[in-house]
Amino acid sequence: MPSPPVEQLESIARTLRVHALRAIAAANSGHPGGSLSAAEIVTALYFGGVLQHDPRNPDWPDRDRFILSKGHGVPILYAALGERGYFPVDEIMTLRQVNSRMQGHPVQGMTPGIEASTGSLGQGLSIGIGHAIAGRLDGRHFRTYVVLGDGECQEGQVWEAAMCAGNYELDTLCAIVDWNRFQLDGAVEDIQSLEPMREKFASFKWNVLEVDGHDVQAVLEALNAAKAERGRPTCIIAHTVKGKGVSFMEHNNEFHGKAPTGEQLQVALAQLNGGQEAGVRGGRRDGVRGLREQSPKPSP
Amino acid sequence: MLSTRYTPRIGRATREAYGDALLELGRKNRDVVAIDADLAKSTFSWTFGKHFPERFFNIGIQEANMVGIASGLASSGKIPFISSFAAFALCKGFDQLRMGAAYPHLNVKVAGSHGGISIGEDGVSQQSVEDVALACALPGFIVCIPADEVSMTAAVHAAAAHRGPVYLRLGRPKAAIVHDAPLDFVFGRAITVRDGDALTIVANGLLVAQALMAAERLADRGISVRVLDMHTVKPIDVDALTRASRETGAFVVAEEHLHHGGLGSVVAATLAQTVPAPIAFVNLGDRYAESGKPDDLLRKYGMTADAIVTAAESVVRQR
Repeated sequence: MPSPPVEQLESIARTLRVHALRAIAAANSGHPGGSLSAAEIVTALYFGGVLQHDPRNPDWPDRDRFILSKGHGVPILYAALGERGYFPVDEIMTLRQVNSRMQGHPVQGMTPGIEASTGSLGQGLSIGIGHAIAGRLDGRHFRTYVVLGDGECQEGQVWEAAMCAGNYELDTLCAIVDWNRFQLDGAVEDIQSLEPMREKFASFKWNVLEVDGHDVQAVLEALNAAKAERGRPTCIIAHTVKGKGVSFMEHNNEFHGKAPTGEQLQVALAQLNGGQEAGVRGGRRDGVRGLREQSPKPSP
Repeated sequence: MLSTRYTPRIGRATREAYGDALLELGRKNRDVVAIDADLAKSTFSWTFGKHFPERFFNIGIQEANMVGIASGLASSGKIPFISSFAAFALCKGFDQLRMGAAYPHLNVKVAGSHGGISIGEDGVSQQSVEDVALACALPGFIVCIPADEVSMTAAVHAAAAHRGPVYLRLGRPKAAIVHDAPLDFVFGRAITVRDGDALTIVANGLLVAQALMAAERLADRGISVRVLDMHTVKPIDVDALTRASRETGAFVVAEEHLHHGGLGSVVAATLAQTVPAPIAFVNLGDRYAESGKPDDLLRKYGMTADAIVTAAESVVRQR
């Protein structure tokens, strides 16, 4: 699947941010910081021609798997899934409300397109290994992508999985670490340093790439390089900014798990839309819609 | 149903029967995959592993990762059977079982070996006495503790046929045979191994054989005892319990587990809501055991035919 122009992907990333923030604000609950930091990662995967998937057939056996191990970032994923047509995009606005499929953390089997129930950190990479092994056993060629938080990598299970995937040479597995340098209580470096991260994954026999996680073209290139890698899994360390795209949320860990007020939301939307909120519902959405029509659907 | 005198006939350990049944299952179903966490020769998953090396993963000492991998395998259509000591599979893998098996209701089968204190000499760290409570706490899980090789074989096949998460507890010592093959085995349906009308002993695992021996001695004293092999703790067989309550009016519940959260708790809760009756409990209580020979431990900690007889005599008086 060809990738659309970078400008269009950047526009989509902004749209996803807008959806995520509006939903979090409506819920008055959620995690803006880690949703915004992952916007380009999710955009590259879902709109950059990386993921082979079919929103009309979420259980297509040959689909690529995407697991958001850092489940608290799910608003940005709901935004991508909604824009991709897994469910009506307006449903995102029911985030965290009772009777909604837009649960506070991802729930497998409830929300179309969600591949794993996460939110208890550290588990997604192991689940990804299970998919990768199943694919290998069945001779299917799908790939499995797992997005991890950097703070999440303090969990021991991540390293059990890293050891296992490296030893099993699971080259269909790709981990992307959203390296936004903050966790709930503060800076990762201050709480429990993960450095040297690159060397850690490399020593577990992974191919390791580092990119600017907000340069969507660079993220795309890394994801495509991972596809070409043989004999070992790839870890992409995506250097990101927590709260990216909204001036008062960037590098401000206050917005790890706090919703913006109505007033803050308006400022945020204005920044994301270059001053025009209406643009979100018009032009930028058209950008996504246009892409939807262009994208060839893989046939199951 | 055994109507003549019960003479214990020692069979294979239920863990050994597990391995053999898994192998048979592997021959029939290509989607069956087994994972172990460096206890394959103890859990007997190796019986499967040596025949199907491409479908067997000894992932090393990584119980949490093992459960997560099983979650992914099940999500992609496989039927993963994961095994370890029960103490490790349940205690170390619990959050992963919660998030990766119970909540999404996936087709993950968990075999916890060396259940109870009858693992013996290794001591408390290896003795699983909380596993039934933990597994029962997981919504949607079937929790099954087969008594002998016959019912274990049936349970493994039933687990594979069931769509959803299943916990099977396996035992280390050789187990007395209490069932005849072929066995009509269904999860959630107790097996009446002896009939009687003055008392019901509800038991599972190794305690079923002990219950049968106790029943003989009670019969000699004029107490007619029904023995139910309640292999499935969840879902519990409500019909068998209410019928037994109406027809016998008193219970002993015997299991190799802590008092809280095991078969005794489930039976008591069920009867409280249906046909209440006096119940005596034979279990480990609210404590840990120690190292020792299995028989010595079961005797010291009161999970024997003797203990069942004592409990039965007291509870019958309360009727």
